[in-house]
Amino acid sequence: MATSLTRFEDALVDHDCEVTRTTVDGFDGALAAALREPAVGASLGDPELSLPADVQTVPTPAQLQAAASGVTPVAFAVADHGTVAIPSTASGVEPVSLYSDRHVAVVREEQVVPDTGAAFDELGPALAEDRGSVVMATGPSATGDMGALVQGVHGPSEVHVIVVESEVSEP
Amino acid sequence: MNRSDDRQAKAAHIRHLLSTESETIHENTGHMNSERYRAIENFDYDALRDEARAIKEDAIARLPELIDRVTESVEENGGTVYVADDAEDANSYVEQVMADRDAETLVKSKSMTTEELDLNEHLGEAGYDVFETDLGEFVIQVAEEAPSHIVGPGLHKSSEEIAELFNARFEPDEELATAQDLTRFARDYLGERIREADVGMTGANFVVAESGTIALVTNEGNARKCAVTPDTHVAVAGVEKIVPTVADLQPFSQIIAKAATGQDVPQYFSLLTPPVDSPTLDFDEPDVPITAQSGGSDDRDFHLVLVDNGRFAMREDDELRETLYCIRCGACANSCSNFQHVGGHAFGGETYTGGIATGWEAGVHGLDSADESNDLCTGCTRCVDACPVNIDIPWINTVVRDRLNRDEMPSEFDFLVEGLTPDEEPGGLDPQKRLFGNVDTLAKLGSATAPVSNWLAGTRPARLLMERVAGVDPRRDLPAFRRDTLRKWAADREPATPADADREVLLYPDLYTNYVQVERGKAAVRVLESLGCAVQVPDIPASGRAPLSQGMVSTARQQAEAVSESLAPHLDAGRDVVVVEPSDAALFRREYERLLPESEFDRIAGGTYEILEYVYGVLENGADADALAAGDGQSVSYHSHCQQRTMDLAVYTEAVLSDRGFAVQTSDQECCGMAGSFGYKSQYYELSVSVGRELADQFADAERVVASGTSCMEQLDDLLGPTRHPVELLDPAAE
Repeated sequence: MATSLTRFEDALVDHDCEVTRTTVDGFDGALAAALREPAVGASLGDPELSLPADVQTVPTPAQLQAAASGVTPVAFAVADHGTVAIPSTASGVEPVSLYSDRHVAVVREEQVVPDTGAAFDELGPALAEDRGSVVMATGPSATGDMGALVQGVHGPSEVHVIVVESEVSEP
Repeated sequence: MNRSDDRQAKAAHIRHLLSTESETIHENTGHMNSERYRAIENFDYDALRDEARAIKEDAIARLPELIDRVTESVEENGGTVYVADDAEDANSYVEQVMADRDAETLVKSKSMTTEELDLNEHLGEAGYDVFETDLGEFVIQVAEEAPSHIVGPGLHKSSEEIAELFNARFEPDEELATAQDLTRFARDYLGERIREADVGMTGANFVVAESGTIALVTNEGNARKCAVTPDTHVAVAGVEKIVPTVADLQPFSQIIAKAATGQDVPQYFSLLTPPVDSPTLDFDEPDVPITAQSGGSDDRDFHLVLVDNGRFAMREDDELRETLYCIRCGACANSCSNFQHVGGHAFGGETYTGGIATGWEAGVHGLDSADESNDLCTGCTRCVDACPVNIDIPWINTVVRDRLNRDEMPSEFDFLVEGLTPDEEPGGLDPQKRLFGNVDTLAKLGSATAPVSNWLAGTRPARLLMERVAGVDPRRDLPAFRRDTLRKWAADREPATPADADREVLLYPDLYTNYVQVERGKAAVRVLESLGCAVQVPDIPASGRAPLSQGMVSTARQQAEAVSESLAPHLDAGRDVVVVEPSDAALFRREYERLLPESEFDRIAGGTYEILEYVYGVLENGADADALAAGDGQSVSYHSHCQQRTMDLAVYTEAVLSDRGFAVQTSDQECCGMAGSFGYKSQYYELSVSVGRELADQFADAERVVASGTSCMEQLDDLLGPTRHPVELLDPAAE
């Protein structure tokens, strides 16, 4: 049986997302390749991963509106459907992931849970105890309301997920 | 307007829709319908919908307590809850919020509940600018039309029509043509509205009592933007949207998009516990960093407006309560052949559309609004299979039809049909309903005097009178009643199997098999006998299907009781009841639960079989299949009956025919469009034929067509030529 990680990657592709698997060491390069300028971001809050200086992490509304890509961390991810859980944070993860035309989501390997049941194990405390907010996002925004399927409506038209493996599997 | 004019007006409205919106509606609903089948193919839909149903039943039972709980939660979070008694109350509250915030503009994501309230009109009259940001809602707002579908309000419009609308209204620099152009234009236009807006409004697909979380199921991302961009968020939801816990959302998160559009999951399942922590976005201060603009949730204002507007009364109503379990996915519309052909501008009331609309309209707007489309539900039950919370939508339609019947004023023609019709219904019942509801009496009379009755019924004066009084469409051939009924034939012949055979079968002489489709009854008797069954065809009264289909519930119940009494000694003696007409088999196993005491229902339901289901069972238990006629590779096109499919019985016919060497091709159409009396009614004849043609087209190259239901046979007879019942293919005595 495929691991959660490969199932996650397959599901992302099925839902029209791009995906890159990398390591902590390879992260900067993977991110640079995934970003489009101008870019905004929300702090990853990860001691091992950081955003380059040209990614505006304290964006103004004008920068948000003009951004070609927005990079954010996620609360967790769900392998079965290629879903990323986007939390509402004071750092602006939600608007950064929503207003840019291209959302670049950074997912640590251990953040990937296998299925909906496991997702609700995360959501229960996040919502009921912490009274937080989470958007379970699967693929780019889409509509059929104009007579044919179109991707990229009010939300991003492209979603790129960078999966960061915890350990390097080969030297 | 008298009833004849009424029927003509309705026919004209349907004719108009068939020539305008039908094509686009059909393409879109048909697509969503097949996508739903695909999405649930390898998924335990039934288990999940049982779970979802149980959660809704529990939540509605505990509703007052849950309203208290969610109020507490939202207040703990820093928001406000308002429970509005009715539309006026809800609209006034929202207007007050607008005034308190010195707001001028409001952006909305899709909300059927606010359509129900006419909130946009109310705020517009109060001087506020309201913008729908869901692209489908935006289209109908620009077109100034009503939603045609619960999920896709603008589903009846093609790209070309939307382009024409937008080009005329907005006069863009470059003419819009494609769906891409239109989407880009709407996104830019509405994006600006969202950035300028003072207040954002969303609906809620679910509201969680324990946390104050609202769940929004969307694909476009507009609900997210409306909820988080302005500093004030108003969510409007019917009280029935509350579920107790976050965990209760799980089955719905897995089932709602599958049921609605056939997506495994929606693009966005937003779980917002407002006021949210995201910084507000003030585009009037474009160069002040968002994180410096506000203190997140402290600067946000959140109002949850919970709407009663008739729902508490529905909760007290044993027949309408189920409507409150509806999660508004539109699967009942997509799976409905009639809806696929006319859409919600015929099949809907003031606000809601599709099969479940009757329940909603009766509950929130009153019976009159339900009357507009109630008859378009033919009771085919295909929506029952589709509904993610197992709502018996046809039953709700039947009950509301019954209530409407009882509201009818007496008519000048009552005297003409009352003498013929020994029903339990009040005076004033529409003669059309009374005629079709008492078809058993007509059949008896017609058979006793056949063939003269058939000649007379076919004369021009008779057809004109039938059209005028009862709205029987003159373009439809009437069934020919047979003087040599199945029962007479059975009584006059020597049974081929000894009466003490291992299997004793009571073949139910349903109205159609006994008086009209006699050959299929004879074939059924011979097939059963050839498999070693002793068969008798005793006098059992009419099933009650005909009056039930007209909403004549009391008459149907009386007939069910009579059937129960007649069948009881046979069932107690261990005889199996075999039914040829699938709509009656379905009645015995499904609707009788509503009409009979539990023990009587269980006895009948447990002992009744559809003819080919029974044949399959007897063969599986060792009977010699070679006693039946063989197919020798002959191609057969088969249309199963809608109710038969809902009970998962079509597979037996397919299996038996295949095993006997027939090459079976089965139609995938939900319903033939005839549906008992529906296709005879002058106001629906053209719709019925439109649905039937789609089926006939599937069978255009068929060598031989078989169908299980009388109605399906009649429809296909009219459109394709002679159609037989599958059991006739297996008849060892057949030529």
